[in-house]
Amino acid sequence: MLATGRCPEFVIETGDGTAPDRIAAALAPRFAVVQETRRRERQVWLDTFDWRLHAAGLELRQLNGGLPSELVLTTVAGEPVAAQPLPAARWPALPGGLPAGPLRDRLLSVAGVRALLPQARAEGTMTRLRVLDGEGKTVARIELQDAVLATPGAAALPPRLVLTPVRGYQGATDRAARLLAAAGGFVPSSRSAYQTMLASAGHQPGPAKGAALAAATPARAALAATLLELADTIEVNAQYVIRDVDTEFLHDLRVAVRRVRSVLKLAGDVLPPGFTGRFAGEFKWLGDLTTPVRDLDVHLDGFGATAARLAAATPADLEPLRAELGRRRRTERTRLVRGLRSARFTSLLAAWRAELQDVVNRPAPRRRAAGPDTGTLAAERISRAYRRLIKRGAALGPATGGDGPPAADLHALRKRGKELRYLLEFFGSLYEPAALRRAVKDLKGLQDCLGGFQDAEVQQDGIRQFATAMLAARPASGGDRAARPDAAVLAATLLAMGELTAALHADQARARAEVSGRFAEFAGAGLLRTLGLAGRVDRA
Amino acid sequence: MKIFATYNIKGGVGKTSAAVNLAYLAGAAGHRTLLWDLDPQAAASYVFRVKPRVKGGAKGLIHGARPLDGAIKGTDFDGLDLLPADFTYRNMDLALDKAKRPRRQIARLLGPLAAEYDIVFLDCPPSISLVSENILHAVSTLLVPIIPTTLSERTFDQLTAFIERLDGDRPDVLAFFSMLDRRKRLHRDIAERLAASRPAVATTAIPAMTLVEQMAVHRAPVPAFAPRSAAAQRYRALWAELRTRSGLTGPDPAASLNGHAPG
Repeated sequence: MLATGRCPEFVIETGDGTAPDRIAAALAPRFAVVQETRRRERQVWLDTFDWRLHAAGLELRQLNGGLPSELVLTTVAGEPVAAQPLPAARWPALPGGLPAGPLRDRLLSVAGVRALLPQARAEGTMTRLRVLDGEGKTVARIELQDAVLATPGAAALPPRLVLTPVRGYQGATDRAARLLAAAGGFVPSSRSAYQTMLASAGHQPGPAKGAALAAATPARAALAATLLELADTIEVNAQYVIRDVDTEFLHDLRVAVRRVRSVLKLAGDVLPPGFTGRFAGEFKWLGDLTTPVRDLDVHLDGFGATAARLAAATPADLEPLRAELGRRRRTERTRLVRGLRSARFTSLLAAWRAELQDVVNRPAPRRRAAGPDTGTLAAERISRAYRRLIKRGAALGPATGGDGPPAADLHALRKRGKELRYLLEFFGSLYEPAALRRAVKDLKGLQDCLGGFQDAEVQQDGIRQFATAMLAARPASGGDRAARPDAAVLAATLLAMGELTAALHADQARARAEVSGRFAEFAGAGLLRTLGLAGRVDRA
Repeated sequence: MKIFATYNIKGGVGKTSAAVNLAYLAGAAGHRTLLWDLDPQAAASYVFRVKPRVKGGAKGLIHGARPLDGAIKGTDFDGLDLLPADFTYRNMDLALDKAKRPRRQIARLLGPLAAEYDIVFLDCPPSISLVSENILHAVSTLLVPIIPTTLSERTFDQLTAFIERLDGDRPDVLAFFSMLDRRKRLHRDIAERLAASRPAVATTAIPAMTLVEQMAVHRAPVPAFAPRSAAAQRYRALWAELRTRSGLTGPDPAASLNGHAPG
């Protein structure tokens, strides 16, 4: 189904309604042109919040001209990938909620759990033409877009012409493009209408990037500026969390909060006196507020994979658990939304911003009072976190083939690892990108293992709590029986949950047995050497 | 990927008409569909206005010199592509005979297209040959048009016996009456007897209709140029039966009365 080649685009210099005739005249030596449709159409371009389609070289467009509307996926070069009618859609929407078909499959593989959001809109007259060869066979299609209103940009786009080859007829399409270019009045364009709209509005598709740190900047000002960016991230994501657009917004909100808390803990002494004390408790409150819903999201997102692990029980046995998770999520979300709409949250962000802005704007004090520069602070804190991690890991001792290190030691080691990871992320822009990637990768091997251990423990605890709650909620007689499973169903569910617990216990045992080996690999990789900090740690 | 073939040992029984119309309806229903015109007479290629020429010919395809997807042409209709016929297909048996595993070559060639297409229709030449054996090994459902005559009945029995003797997976067989003329008593009698005695006979029959013959004049499938005609309705009913029998799901815009305009 894929077109295999180039889709030339042109800007039409004179958009006076004569374009179809001028196109026909330009192509007349070799081709006939017939008009298929001409109608007013609204177009909505969609992508995820973090531009996953763009990163995959794709553009998704909803055309609201006919009934039903149509959803069209192309490459950024305009080549068709998939299309399907869309009877009704309200954006934002999850790709999984679209009608079954190749388009949904492709979007799911690229966007995953992220919702599709409108990124640009245009409205105008769309004329569709077909280019025919001597046999009357369609060899190319032409879209003539006369967008009178476009957002972002809020300006009229110049009329455009997109020439799309029918598969197997690229040569004919190239000939048609040459004829149009030679005719005058059609100016080849390297950008699609969507790309033009985004560029004219100053939008830069792609994941949000923080400002790069400079090693010589006073650390206090650099920390304050980066913490201000995190305040933006928290605020933006909170709005989408309130609307329950997709589960990644809550995840990103939590990551931003964790980064703030890590900076306060690991480098808060560089900020003005009393600053950390005023805010640390409030960001802990914010982090805790988001935990229950995130835990339930993780359970629900991985539910299919979890159910697929059952050996004796069947996935259907777990359905009452899914229903229970859904009920709990609704309850916990109400509490979360109330918290994000509360005066406490608003005041926290307002006070946070005001104090950080004050730090940024404050005139630079004399050299000694200004504190360390960013490069020095980063080297010192990363080295310190690394040493603490190595010390903690060395205390684990070698793997002996028994049960492995105690859980408390592994939790402590994981915490140290996370501190180092957050520092690497926070100060990452100071280091050479390839070196940073290698350092993060070296640490990731150890962290994944420790994370696997911790996740398995948290999930086992969760399953035990859900089992207790499901048993307690089942009325002995009467009550809301319709909403609760009967005894046989509940027994099957609890047995299936028991099976899951056993599988998670086995995962945990595997992770525990691997930790010492992973730690030895990490310690041998020489993270400080990778980042060029080895000399500093030797001196320390 | 589901692979269907319209096949009969006899010629002139409505194989190409069925392949063209059913492939068109599958594409219009949202399935990514490919029609491979394997008949060197190239009637399906003619209907879709595609030149019957494949670079390298049968030999190039079978011996791997030319990948199959490089020969595919888009039709004028969304969701439907065509792999055109080539005059060298008349010697396809010879090319197949020289290949390793000569009975599995068409299945091998179609394998890489599974990510790109949901449905492939094969419009097969008449005969029992190495090409036919390849087709029987490649397809999930074999669609067999039968003109209700005594000789056709006999040919159908020969074909089902041949399929039963095949090694490995055998295709599901769905026969349907083609060019049925209810004014003829013989047609009526044979159609009733076969439908009652053979489980593999579809309930939908395609009558003899002028409009089906006019496909070559309009150079388009019947539901495209005469969407409300009785012939188009019959092909829609046959497509619905094939979909159900093959377990295909999803929305079916082809069930509407509106034609699917090129575009």
